[in-house]
Amino acid sequence: MSRTLLIAPLLLFLGVTYLVPLAGVLLQSVTVPEPGLQNYQEVLGDPLVWSVIWRTLRICLFVTVLATVLAYPLTMLWVRGRRPVQIVVELCIMIPFWLSVLSRTFGWLSMLSNRGLLNTWLKDLGIIDMSLTMVRNDFGVIVGMVHFLIPFAVFPLASAMRNMDERVLMAARGIGASRFRVFWQIFVPMTWGGIMGAALLVFVFSIGFYVVPTLLGGGRSVMIAELIYLRIFQIPDWGIAAALSALIMVAVGGFLVTIIRRTGVGSQ
Amino acid sequence: MNTSSAAIEAVAIGKDFGSFTALDDISMTINPGEFVTLLGPSGSGKTTFLMILSGFEQATRGSLLIDGMDRTLSPAEARGFGMVFQGYALFPHMTVEENIAFPLKVQKRSAAQIKSRVAEMIELVGLAGHGHKKPTGLSGGQQQRVALARALAYEPPVLLLDEPFSALDKNLRGQMQEEMRRIHARMGTTFVFVTHDQSEALALSSRIAIFNHGRLQQIATPTEVYERPANRFVAEFLGEINVMPASFTSGMAQVGGISLPLPGPAEGATHLAVRPEKMTLLTGADATAMPCKVTDRIYMGATSRLLLESTTDATPLVLDQPTADLPDGVQPGRQIWVRWAPTDSLIF
Repeated sequence: MSRTLLIAPLLLFLGVTYLVPLAGVLLQSVTVPEPGLQNYQEVLGDPLVWSVIWRTLRICLFVTVLATVLAYPLTMLWVRGRRPVQIVVELCIMIPFWLSVLSRTFGWLSMLSNRGLLNTWLKDLGIIDMSLTMVRNDFGVIVGMVHFLIPFAVFPLASAMRNMDERVLMAARGIGASRFRVFWQIFVPMTWGGIMGAALLVFVFSIGFYVVPTLLGGGRSVMIAELIYLRIFQIPDWGIAAALSALIMVAVGGFLVTIIRRTGVGSQ
Repeated sequence: MNTSSAAIEAVAIGKDFGSFTALDDISMTINPGEFVTLLGPSGSGKTTFLMILSGFEQATRGSLLIDGMDRTLSPAEARGFGMVFQGYALFPHMTVEENIAFPLKVQKRSAAQIKSRVAEMIELVGLAGHGHKKPTGLSGGQQQRVALARALAYEPPVLLLDEPFSALDKNLRGQMQEEMRRIHARMGTTFVFVTHDQSEALALSSRIAIFNHGRLQQIATPTEVYERPANRFVAEFLGEINVMPASFTSGMAQVGGISLPLPGPAEGATHLAVRPEKMTLLTGADATAMPCKVTDRIYMGATSRLLLESTTDATPLVLDQPTADLPDGVQPGRQIWVRWAPTDSLIF
């Protein structure tokens, strides 16, 4: 009883700031402009919406795999490297992590745009004649998102690697297993929970990305969050936007529940 | 069942961690098929020595010969010794069968060979019916058996065991010790076993190597280390012993007011020691028995322990007697006499 009382302020805060607006969105999706399910009907029947959903899924899956795969060796260096390496890697992970997503995205923009640093250097070195198009397309969006999301993949992986019993690896080595075999057959399987946790976290975060696709996609590589924004502030069609939001929420929620049930991530 | 078992020769092995000397000047020869226990208090260097044998640590000084070949610098992967770790170190994502099959797969044996060998090992360690379980579904004793089976499956020339029973309760420990003796007898592999449990060492080993402060104190058969300890540390570390201040003159020892013939030379010695079970209790005076006063009597079931004090110099003594043989009158405050055969005296 007293415990419930102690966390009551938190529950109240969450209720007011989270559940109430959420209920509002759900309500709008079936009441604006008039009661009924026509918003859902329209959203699900719109080929543009579907193309955006497919692009979002494609980009997010790609980003998830890339960020998790890149984070894996980075985390190994951070957790198992020599002390000086650990410090350098830690700085490389933590400093971007603390920077605002906006400044990081603008950083990538100045790096990757047609007259950006990378193109200038490549031209100066004589490697290319024409600027490479690295923004205003999926490539730029993926680069920016992966860079932003790597730290989120690092933390679950690091916790899995730190909890590993070193003697299990010694046992495998002592048996005569090569480094390759120890890594693929012992080390990686033992971090499987961390890998799934990292991928799940990155995927869920990436679905709702707005700033990176807007700036680095430049209106050409539109993702679902940007589409919702457009439906609210440019068209404006609150009912459709609310229906879209509700659909994403249900889809992501359903996906999470399935994966967690299947793999048992987070149940340890 | 097994044909290969290796001889190990350590020559003046030393190991430093920074400025700390963990091991100094360790020399010993372990014969093929022997069961040698490394025994000592924690921090004595026994585990460090095992790690050097395994190849997970490299010696700072000295050399290590395996079957006559210098292997001082070869890594663990190259030695191919079996190892049972404290805490078992099973592969948690593999079933019992997969754990045992892993070393065989590393050796690229055929699928049929692996299958029959795994079945044989599961039978040997008494885990029939548990082959498809994951380690987390097994008890501590069962996990220990899997670790043993995995380490022995590929017939390593040497099996190294680092305190394998420390996590088991007393009954299970006894059972596993029996099992270990049986498996050792059947496989014929050289076993090197680390423990801090002296009764385990006495029960299992063909020889015991006793470590203290990074030095080898004695290596000998269990009977010899117990009956003829090389020094006072060994005597006191293994079982109970009564150590009494004594003075020595030509062939005789003066201890606790009596004079006894010496079993051997006693140059520079200051103490005479006797195991409690070698002492007999007398209720009447005797010229060859040491006069003592009973300070306490502790009932321990089949035996009772008497705490004594020498009448002459108040040296505390311990004496264990079968409860049935102990006269009721022997109670705190009572004067008694203890006698032992002069050949049972140890001189330090």
